[in-house]
Formats: sequence, C-alpha cells, structure tokens
Amino acid sequence: MEKGTFQIKTGFAEMFKGGVIMDVTTPEQAAIAEEAGAVAVMALERVPADIRAQGGVARMSDPKVIKEIMAAVSIPVMAKVRIGHFVEAMILEAIGVDFIDESEVLTPADEEHHIDKWKFKVPFVNGARDLGEALRRIAEGAAMIRTKGEAGTGNVVEAVRHARTMWKQIRYVQSLREDELVAYAKEIGAPLELVRWVHDHGRLPVVNFAAGGIATPADAALMMHLGMDGVFVGSGIFKSGDPRKRARAIVRAVTHYNDPEVLAEVSEDLGEPMVGINLDQLKEEERLAKRGW
Amino acid sequence: MKGVVGVLALQGDFREHKEALKRLGIEAKEVRKREHIQDIKALIVPGGESTTIGKLARDYGIEEEVRKRVEEGSLAVFGTCAGAIWMAKEILGYPEQPRLGVLDVAVERNAFGRQVESFQEELEIKGLGPFRGVFIRAPVFRRLGEGVEVLAELNGLPVLVRQGRLLASAFHPELTEDPRVHHYFLELADL
Repeated sequence: MEKGTFQIKTGFAEMFKGGVIMDVTTPEQAAIAEEAGAVAVMALERVPADIRAQGGVARMSDPKVIKEIMAAVSIPVMAKVRIGHFVEAMILEAIGVDFIDESEVLTPADEEHHIDKWKFKVPFVNGARDLGEALRRIAEGAAMIRTKGEAGTGNVVEAVRHARTMWKQIRYVQSLREDELVAYAKEIGAPLELVRWVHDHGRLPVVNFAAGGIATPADAALMMHLGMDGVFVGSGIFKSGDPRKRARAIVRAVTHYNDPEVLAEVSEDLGEPMVGINLDQLKEEERLAKRGW
Repeated sequence: MKGVVGVLALQGDFREHKEALKRLGIEAKEVRKREHIQDIKALIVPGGESTTIGKLARDYGIEEEVRKRVEEGSLAVFGTCAGAIWMAKEILGYPEQPRLGVLDVAVERNAFGRQVESFQEELEIKGLGPFRGVFIRAPVFRRLGEGVEVLAELNGLPVLVRQGRLLASAFHPELTEDPRVHHYFLELADL
C-alpha cells in the first residue's frame, strides 16, 4: 500500500474541482459550511479580514480549534501554516489535517525558503500570482495552486489579475517553439521540465483555485469563467449579513457559473455583503499578496 | 454509438471521466440540470465530495429524474467514490445525507481514514485482471443485497460492485490512464 504519493495528493485536489472551500473559525460555522455544500473547510482562529484589522504576528491556529472543527464535520478539513514554517506543518500532519495551506495570509516564518513539501504525506496548496511562482511551488511539492488575490478585502480585483496573468502566460508558453522553452524557463524562474509540461498540456499540472477577495456568487462565477477549477472563500461568508444563505448561493454559483438564470436566482436577497476595502487604500506593506516569491 | 453517455458535472473530477471516455472514442455530455438527462442512456457520477454532490443533485431535480430512469430500467449508472456513495441505499452514520439510493448496499464513508491514509494498491478485478486502484478518503461497501455482485476486493472488503446495470467503485479508475473499467461499464450499459 503506497501512501502520500504525488498522485494521491493531486488526485485528492481533483476531487475539490467545481467546489467551494470556506474559511471557518468555529465548529458551528463549519457545520453551516457543510450544510451549504462546501467541499472542504479551512479551519482558522481568525478570518483574513480580522487578521488584517487586528495586526500582529499571525500564526498557525491552535490545534485544539482545528480538532474541534475536524470532529464537527465529515468533509475534509484544511488549515494554514506560515510560509516556510515546516514545524507548524508537522504539527498539522500529526493531528490528521487533510490539506495544508502554506499561506501568505499568515506572517511568513522564512524570508527565503518555502516548505519542502515532498517530505510530507499530507498534500499542500500554495498561492501564486503568476506561472513562474506556481511552477516553483509545484517543484517544491505543492499538489494544488490558488491565486493569492488580496485576502480579507472583499475585493476580487487581485484574484482576477492573478488568474488572467497565469492563463496569459500559459497560452504564451504554448505558442513557443521547443527550443525557446529554456530561455523562458529562465526568465520566469521555473524548472524547465514543468515549463515543458505546460507547453505540452496547456494548463498547470495541478488543480488551480481562485482565492482572495471573493465575496459574492457573481465573484465566484467570474473566477470560474476565467478558467479556475474552484473557489476559496475566506472572510466573504462569515463577515456577511446572512452567512447561511450566502454560502449556499456561492456553492450554486460555482456549479452553475455558466447559467445566468441560476446566478440571478441565487444572487437575490442575500443581505449585507462584507464591507470591502479598495486596494489603493492599502499601504504597500499591508498587501498580503506580496508575501512569498 | 447507440446512445449518449452523460457525466454528472455538478462537482468533482468529471473532466477526468470525460477524458477517460474520450480514450474510448466517446464524447460525453455534461449533466447539470434535470433536462440534460432526457436523451442519455448511461450516466457516470464522478468522485468529489459526496455531501456536495448529493445536495446539488437534489436541488435541481436531478436525483428524482435519475431514480425514475433507473427504476424504469432505461439508465445505466456508474459511480466512483463520492458517486458510489450517492448511489447507495444506505450511508452508514449519515441517514440524512441526500442520495440516489438505488444500489442495494450500505456504504461506509472514509472507511480507511482521512487523507494521510489515502493510498494506491494493485487490485484483481473479476474478468479484467490486475488494475491499479487509487483510493482517496475512500468508502467501502459493507452490507450487500442479494442482487449485488462483488467484482473486486481489498483485504476482503468489496471495492467494486455491480447490480444489474449499476456499477460502483470505491476507487478512481478515472485517475489512471487505464480505460478498462469504463469500457466494462459501457458494455453493461449496452452501448
């Protein structure tokens, strides 16, 4: 019996496709997410909007909080570790978390190195703003990629930028001749064999989700139209007026993203969305997407 | 081709099933709403999250329509992992979970444990021979009704079963490049 192979990790990520992964901070929120049809939950002590508001060093959540959430639902449970903090990852693997997000939403622990994810049986998801960053993370063993977006803002503009950038570069790689791939791999700082894979297949070698700033069913459907495989919703649900209804609506919007009638139906009467932040009001050092490299 | 094959595309790895069918020369249709079922003769229900697929299938009348077609004998169904759970009459520990409920088995979700216990293992499938089984937070079939035939086992536990024109696997043939299980399904669906 072979466990923790790359195929088992990436295959698990395939099962999330067309689904919504929701940030939750309590067992009650986790139950609401499951009831709404989430494919997994991200267990946290604070959602990104609160991390942003409260400041200070943001770390892995208390394992007790995560275990309570794992006990409350039957769907997979993810949790976040700081960039480069492989001991936090060892702890999460030990308590049986299903997926680890090495996340820029938390304060980075290492300014040079990400975690060597090949050493773990548990799969990892990493954020990326462009193709080079995505392929570097995959080279380190990431089994899933997500856009970084700008977490905790309720503003989808960065997630859109990252999704468009990624696909533009993928199409560009496809247009290159074989003998031009080495120079391009060097330019974007990605391993040649992964660049070649993208050239041959026209997509990333792992599942690619949207994340960061998604607050409405329409935002979620927009990201699906931009070629994302599914959606993470962080602060957007439990910072809104009616989380139960909004969660359910976003799940339906991802499945039926190409059906305007369903989108209109589920977008109706959702109550107050989370309050958004315009990115030009954020100082450069407040931008979470700049973390990681 | 004697009929259209549909792949339930509400959530999960439906693209991999479509690609598996393409290897057999078949262009499958994505099913997201009740009206997409009318002209299909066979339906594949993918892996994914069974609670999500169950809820979405109930919302838009798919569950009811598929059950009707199965009961009148005009639709063959093949479910993998979450799809197999959805087909089962009984889901152990989750009596309220929305499901199709046509396959006469009791299914145990996450029977091998959480993701860190997921694995791949060589199986022996009756009539097909050796096959690489990819098991991801996989279920097993615990109680089998009289009309249910076991086609593969792992450590004595049934992981691939057939009941007439219904086929259900605890593992994911669509994540390998081996199309034999899909081919087997098309034969039993008489396509």
